[in-house]
Amino acid sequence: MKKYIIIISLLIPIALFSQQIEKGSMLIKNGTILTVTKGTIDKGDILIKDGKIHKIGRDLKATSDMEIIDASGMFVMPGIIDAHSHLGIDAVNEATSPVTAEVFVGDALNPFDIGIYRALAGGCTTSHAMHGSANAIGGQCETIKHRWGTEDPEVLRMKDAPRTIKFALGENPMRVHGEGSGIQPATRMGIEQVFRKAFSEAKQYKAEKAAMINGVGPLYNERMEVLSDILDGKIIIHCHSYRADEIVMLMNVLKDFGVNKICFQHVNEGFKIAPELAEFGASASVFADWWAYKFEVYYSTAYNAAILQRNGVITSINSDSRELIRHLYHEAAKSQKYGGLSDDEALALITLNPAKQLGIDNRVGSIEEGKDGDIAIFNVHPLSVYAIPQYTIVDGVVRFNINEDPDDMRLYVDPNEDIQTYHYEAGHGHDHDHDGCMQDVFETGLFEEKH
Amino acid sequence: MKNLIYILLLLCVSISLNAQQIGKSTYGAFALTNAKIVTFNNGVVEGTLMINDGRITSVGADINIPSDATVIDCEGKFIYPGMIDAGTTLGLNEIGAVSLTQDANEIGDLTPHMEALTAVNPNSVLIPVTRVNGVTTVLTNPTGGRFPGRAALINLHGYTPQQMYAGFKGQTMNFPSSGRRGRWDRRSDEDRKKQEEKNLKSLKTVWDQLQLYQQVKNNLESGDRLNYNPELEALLPVYEGKEKLIINVNKKADILSAIKWVQDHKVDAIFAGVADGWRVADELAEANIPVITGPVLNYPSKNSDKYDRPYANAGLMHKAGVKVAIRTNETENVRNLPFNAGFAAAYGLGKEQALKAVTIVPAEIFGMDKEIGSIEVGKQANIFVCDGDPFETKTTITHLFINGWNVPMESRHTYLYDEFLDRSPGLKN
Repeated sequence: MKKYIIIISLLIPIALFSQQIEKGSMLIKNGTILTVTKGTIDKGDILIKDGKIHKIGRDLKATSDMEIIDASGMFVMPGIIDAHSHLGIDAVNEATSPVTAEVFVGDALNPFDIGIYRALAGGCTTSHAMHGSANAIGGQCETIKHRWGTEDPEVLRMKDAPRTIKFALGENPMRVHGEGSGIQPATRMGIEQVFRKAFSEAKQYKAEKAAMINGVGPLYNERMEVLSDILDGKIIIHCHSYRADEIVMLMNVLKDFGVNKICFQHVNEGFKIAPELAEFGASASVFADWWAYKFEVYYSTAYNAAILQRNGVITSINSDSRELIRHLYHEAAKSQKYGGLSDDEALALITLNPAKQLGIDNRVGSIEEGKDGDIAIFNVHPLSVYAIPQYTIVDGVVRFNINEDPDDMRLYVDPNEDIQTYHYEAGHGHDHDHDGCMQDVFETGLFEEKH
Repeated sequence: MKNLIYILLLLCVSISLNAQQIGKSTYGAFALTNAKIVTFNNGVVEGTLMINDGRITSVGADINIPSDATVIDCEGKFIYPGMIDAGTTLGLNEIGAVSLTQDANEIGDLTPHMEALTAVNPNSVLIPVTRVNGVTTVLTNPTGGRFPGRAALINLHGYTPQQMYAGFKGQTMNFPSSGRRGRWDRRSDEDRKKQEEKNLKSLKTVWDQLQLYQQVKNNLESGDRLNYNPELEALLPVYEGKEKLIINVNKKADILSAIKWVQDHKVDAIFAGVADGWRVADELAEANIPVITGPVLNYPSKNSDKYDRPYANAGLMHKAGVKVAIRTNETENVRNLPFNAGFAAAYGLGKEQALKAVTIVPAEIFGMDKEIGSIEVGKQANIFVCDGDPFETKTTITHLFINGWNVPMESRHTYLYDEFLDRSPGLKN
């Protein structure tokens, strides 16, 4: 009995402090609605009730308690989704072993990251907070909603979003483990064997568990549990990759182990093997135009997204950067310069398609009745270079409003934060920060950064 | 018959060899007809732009077209002056993470005798990728150290650095800063302050040495020998106010300190970067120092800053009366210059001024406005033809002229598109 009291008293503070996710109701009136899936509605209204899109149409009526946004002359699109970001987490790389499937960035969520607010100011409502690319099999990632204002990490999570995990090919794991620690993998051959070993061990672990008699089985192993879940199709792989050969390699390995849920990230040479990606059913999340910052992206083209899209690969454009995430609408617009995608195709690159890649397209990624009330409103068409986000709405709650936007939006001022901290990213050609995936690796002092 | 096959085979070989190379440019007389020509002194002129022997020879509605001119019908299209990126490392650096392809950063703190033009690679794969977006001219900068070397203005066309040279060189400087150099800079406030003071002191030493060097040099008598000192020799024109000094400075306190230094030493200065320019816009205007700011598409410098400061910075400085040009400070993506200008335009600079900030304003800052930066008779024919607003991503550039050369709209990126859009063999041969 005493034991139960202790447990209950331990639970009380958790119950007190765990916040409810705020869900709003509102009417957005008279805007040009870019639904992404069902064309464009001129002078349309969107009624959001309890965080969900309740009705789309004309002359919809708000109840007296509802906020009303007059979107006359404005453009209304689904909240932007970034399938590759490192915002809202305190740690990115567990760069201590080529396989670290057991770690989870969701254990290090940081709702105070000002980058979240700045992403909202760019119309972005959901992002995929990813583990870094130091390891061939990195950690598990978390899909977060940009509910800026909460101090509760739990509220950031997009509940019920499928589990995802980071894999990485090529130079990064080779550099960190091969060059850095003198262990495999130092080559793309070695990277293949890391996957084959990990999956084979997980298969054996699964078999031993299945053959368990009287509760006696293999010693519990979190890493093996996670790898088993990958083999069972319970986790979507998001794999940092660049070169065509390494991408084909991983598809071959996955075929051998019966795994098929994968989105290739960056995938700068995806255009070279677009038919193979389409046949496998792999999707691709790319940069609009980043290239030449390292050798494995020297043979790139900004037409990558268009070629992938035209070959039937589900394609998104991501940021991997706290700067780029502020204007993904502009990054998507570049697919019109490089390959002539239509407005709907270009908008899908940052809404519906990343939603599919994260397995959340039943909830977000388009303006449809029943979906989450995640909306971005712009002064002009969001694919114009002159577009300025006006409102960003998450679950029917206005989280960014350009008319009520004080300079300092920090939720928490760290007394140890140096007010002289400056971020002079002198164009990513110089700052090396554009490999956001390698954050933490060189800061731990484990490795000297090589330029 | 055998000969014919041989010729066909040769043709095949030459075609496949050429597949990854840029086609040849053409030169001579060109008439760009039926165009809307965007000039700064005469507004938008509808009519013909004539190019001959590298120069713009006429602009207007009623122009006789010589019979030998190549006519390009620009019906429904616009002609703009080629864009100038006033701060890049294009041509010096090739692949970011491969150090042996990087020529911008020489070892040493005091290397003003390094000449960027020397190491410009005319065959850099990045150059065609850049120019097909309408950027015809860039300033390419040496980087690193206090005095990294002499920057050079280059046109993005030519087979030797000298062919590319666009007529301006200027010394560069990274002004001593008390700010952190990045997220990874873990020095304490005190350590950084100490380092800054030390740097300012060593800067003073350099100027003292220059003073001495000048005195000695001016008082040499026949038979005297002055030791070889390329560093001081390279800085002497700056010391004497005969050469411009491009000073990279970003933080508010550093900008104020740099203004004072420039005034104290009577340096002909241009400020570059200037991320905090909006905080001290009035002081910059008062000091009458031109600014090359950017990248515009950048992250705010402090966590407490409003999210749009980097976008709005150029407009805020312009409003205060500062002469503002825009740069990308990029290498492989200098091609995003029009988009940097577009964001600055949207966030307060305005379209017209943003266009000037990437054309005539940098030309004026470099003292090259008689040659480039606008469409005027007699200027170098650096222009592009497009079907809409030059900053919009939807706009297509159809023709490009650099120094009068009609340059093919081709790059590695277009070749890879052509080859792989509909790959052959596809999935199954």
